[in-house]
Amino acid sequence: MLQIVNLKVEIEGKEILKGISLNVKKGEIHAIMGPNGSGKSTLASVLAGKDFGDITEGKITYMGKNLLEMAAEDRSKEGIFLGFQYPTEIPGVSMVNFMKTALNEHRKYRGLEPLSSSDFLKLMREKKDLVKIESGLTNRSVNEGFSGGEKKRNEIFQMAILEPKLAILDETDSGLDIDALRIVANGVNQLKTPENATIVITHYQRLLDYIIPDVVHVLYDGKIVKTGGKELAVELEKKGYDWIKKDVDIVSYG
Amino acid sequence: MQRVYPKFCIFVCYLFGLNTINGTITGFHLLALGGLRFNTMREEMGKEQDKLISKVTSGEYKYGFYTDIDLDIIPKGLNEDVIKQISAKKQEPDWMLEFRLKAYKAWLGKKMPEWAHLNIPEINYQDIVYYAAPKQKATMKSLDEVDPLLLDTFNKLGIPLEEQKRLTGVAVDAVMDSVSVKTTFKETLAELGIIFCSFSEAVREHPDLVKKYMGTVVPYTDNYFAALNSAVFSDGSFCYIPKGVRCPMELSTYFRINAAHTGQFERTLIVAEDDSYVSYLEGCTAPMRDEHQLHAAIVEIIVEKNAEVKYSTVQNWYPGDKEGKGGVFNFVTKRGICRGENSKISWAQVETGSAITWKYPSCILRGDNSTGEFYSVAVTNNHQQADTGTKMIHIGKNTRSIIVSKGISAGKSQNSYRGLVKMLKNASNARNFSQCDSLLLGDECGAHTFPYIEVDNQTSIVEHEATTSKIGEDQIFYCNQRGISNEDAVRLIVNGYAKEVLNKLPMEFAVEAQKLLEISLEGSVG
Ligand SMILES: Nc1ncnc2c1ncn2[C@@H]1O[C@H](COP(=O)(O)OP(=O)(O)OP(=O)(O)O)[C@@H](O)[C@H]1O
Ligand SMILES: [Mg+2]
Repeated sequence: MLQIVNLKVEIEGKEILKGISLNVKKGEIHAIMGPNGSGKSTLASVLAGKDFGDITEGKITYMGKNLLEMAAEDRSKEGIFLGFQYPTEIPGVSMVNFMKTALNEHRKYRGLEPLSSSDFLKLMREKKDLVKIESGLTNRSVNEGFSGGEKKRNEIFQMAILEPKLAILDETDSGLDIDALRIVANGVNQLKTPENATIVITHYQRLLDYIIPDVVHVLYDGKIVKTGGKELAVELEKKGYDWIKKDVDIVSYG
Repeated sequence: MQRVYPKFCIFVCYLFGLNTINGTITGFHLLALGGLRFNTMREEMGKEQDKLISKVTSGEYKYGFYTDIDLDIIPKGLNEDVIKQISAKKQEPDWMLEFRLKAYKAWLGKKMPEWAHLNIPEINYQDIVYYAAPKQKATMKSLDEVDPLLLDTFNKLGIPLEEQKRLTGVAVDAVMDSVSVKTTFKETLAELGIIFCSFSEAVREHPDLVKKYMGTVVPYTDNYFAALNSAVFSDGSFCYIPKGVRCPMELSTYFRINAAHTGQFERTLIVAEDDSYVSYLEGCTAPMRDEHQLHAAIVEIIVEKNAEVKYSTVQNWYPGDKEGKGGVFNFVTKRGICRGENSKISWAQVETGSAITWKYPSCILRGDNSTGEFYSVAVTNNHQQADTGTKMIHIGKNTRSIIVSKGISAGKSQNSYRGLVKMLKNASNARNFSQCDSLLLGDECGAHTFPYIEVDNQTSIVEHEATTSKIGEDQIFYCNQRGISNEDAVRLIVNGYAKEVLNKLPMEFAVEAQKLLEISLEGSVG
């Protein structure tokens, strides 16, 4: 579904991603872990099509297409969803209006009629139940004044409505209390099909108790320095990143 | 049996040079009043990040057509003789001519105001046509006789067919200045004692009312443009709501500039007697021309005890092209007085047009417990300049005013809010709340806020809030990530930002205004 080959990204002259290769197949869940500033969010943004920095090298193929040539909104309509680490507030634009516009753009792309207001509200209700998001929130402006946890739930809520093929969740678990964590994880699991794939970016092994990854990658200083099964997450949790850093540093100096 | 009224009563002033639209209050002495100036903002926005916004904000003016109709014109130039000719052509009584001549003298003694944050090129007042009316035709018996070009014009303006029929009836009245064509709504209004007609007709048919009220809120000495208008005004509308009557439909005037090299000067007078109510709408457009056209209008509103007037404007004069060539200079004096207790004036405006806008719809709150409201969205794009706001003059006790101003600047435009809140000595317990927001959609535009506050008593309260924001790259990307294009993202955000004001407009008007906002800001993407 997604092949990243030797992706290098520079921001303001500084190389942030230093040659990332990653292969995600349908039905898989990949976890990406790594210390602060290692480039996880940068990778996510590049996949989602944010126009920043320079892609100096590499190739990304998504469902057989050259992803880097697609506009951000088309990537979305082709099924890529990014759950933002820091969701943006859009004052004055109601969640209902926002999501209705988004969903109908997706439908238009697929040659479907726009959803009527009543059908849309029905869909919203259904999905709200799934992520147990409070009714009041969807009547407010997009993310405006939402608590940290509410913002994260709202991301999953949007994902539930858009039903992406490839979901990239950037630290959707941070800032969540333990109940919310379960709810979010549950939401992700329920949306899981053999046809779609998920990349979860996280710092905590505990999320991976709920969302069981097929593969775990460790991103360090712009490179994937380790890849393994879910036991890698457990090990990381126990030992911290230092042992990896040591390994890597030895390699690079060695 | 229940009576079904039409929703709108539209009165079309098709301005073949003859009339104009649009009023304002001049902030005639704003600076001289020496108010507090506590919040000036100038925001320059960064870099290429908003390149996409500039792409999005390059819409096209969609009303720029011209209708080639036979005109009766007084040649260019301004002097007493021209004024006499205007008055004669309109078959005005002597008192009206006298008023015009006095105003002309006053104008000669005045200077163009220079305090606004505007860069106004010099205007040659001798190079303007002050009177251009469509050639009079014989009285029309049926709508089939209406000039097909006129009907075509209505089509282009997007006025619905069903409305059009009724509308043309009125248009005939206004445009051709011929014998009144009776229409259903006119009868309905007449039954209630409501007068709604062109200003010229009012001068002829209701001279006492016109004499009694004209110039009482905006005297001809008020300011440069008010004096000019009072001297040369061509037409406009008149509206009188008798005691105890709630006008059952929206009254609407639609103004259109058509002729070239022609100044547009109309005046509107609205009188609401005790316990009455009316909602009045005003819309306008103009053809695209390379030259600038001058528009200087006056609107006066008189509101008596317990009465309420809502005045909504969608101003869409031609703004000039992307290089700043052409466009209407819009200098308008709009002012209302709440004369009686518990009276209310509410201004709502959506300003998207004109090369230069200079207007300050204001309220004089004389009656105790009276209320003034001002809700404004002003959009500037390309090379447009706007200096607009309001004045709230609190004279009576317990008077209230609210100001909500939403500026949106794009392109290379300059957008200023200028407002005065004045609490006089006897205005005990008066309150004002002002909210002035600016939204920037580019890196070359400017937003400025000039609030002036003068308080002469201890018990009144004035609150002012101001924000400046820009549509951030992050917000656009967030929308993109959900499948929403740049253009739609800007539209969503702008509409959300302006919602508070749009909500104040009558429903149908709000829809139109929203479309207009989109047209003014949207453009070439996609
Ligand atoms: N727009 C930018 N301008 C300059 N530097 C940037 C920009 N975006 C990211 N960076 C830098 O790139 C590096 C990687 O940032 P990124 O946000 O991808 O890290 P992360 O792995 O997501 O970290 P965290 O775990 O803290 O979320 C950091 O050093 C960051 O400062
Ligand atoms: Mg991050």
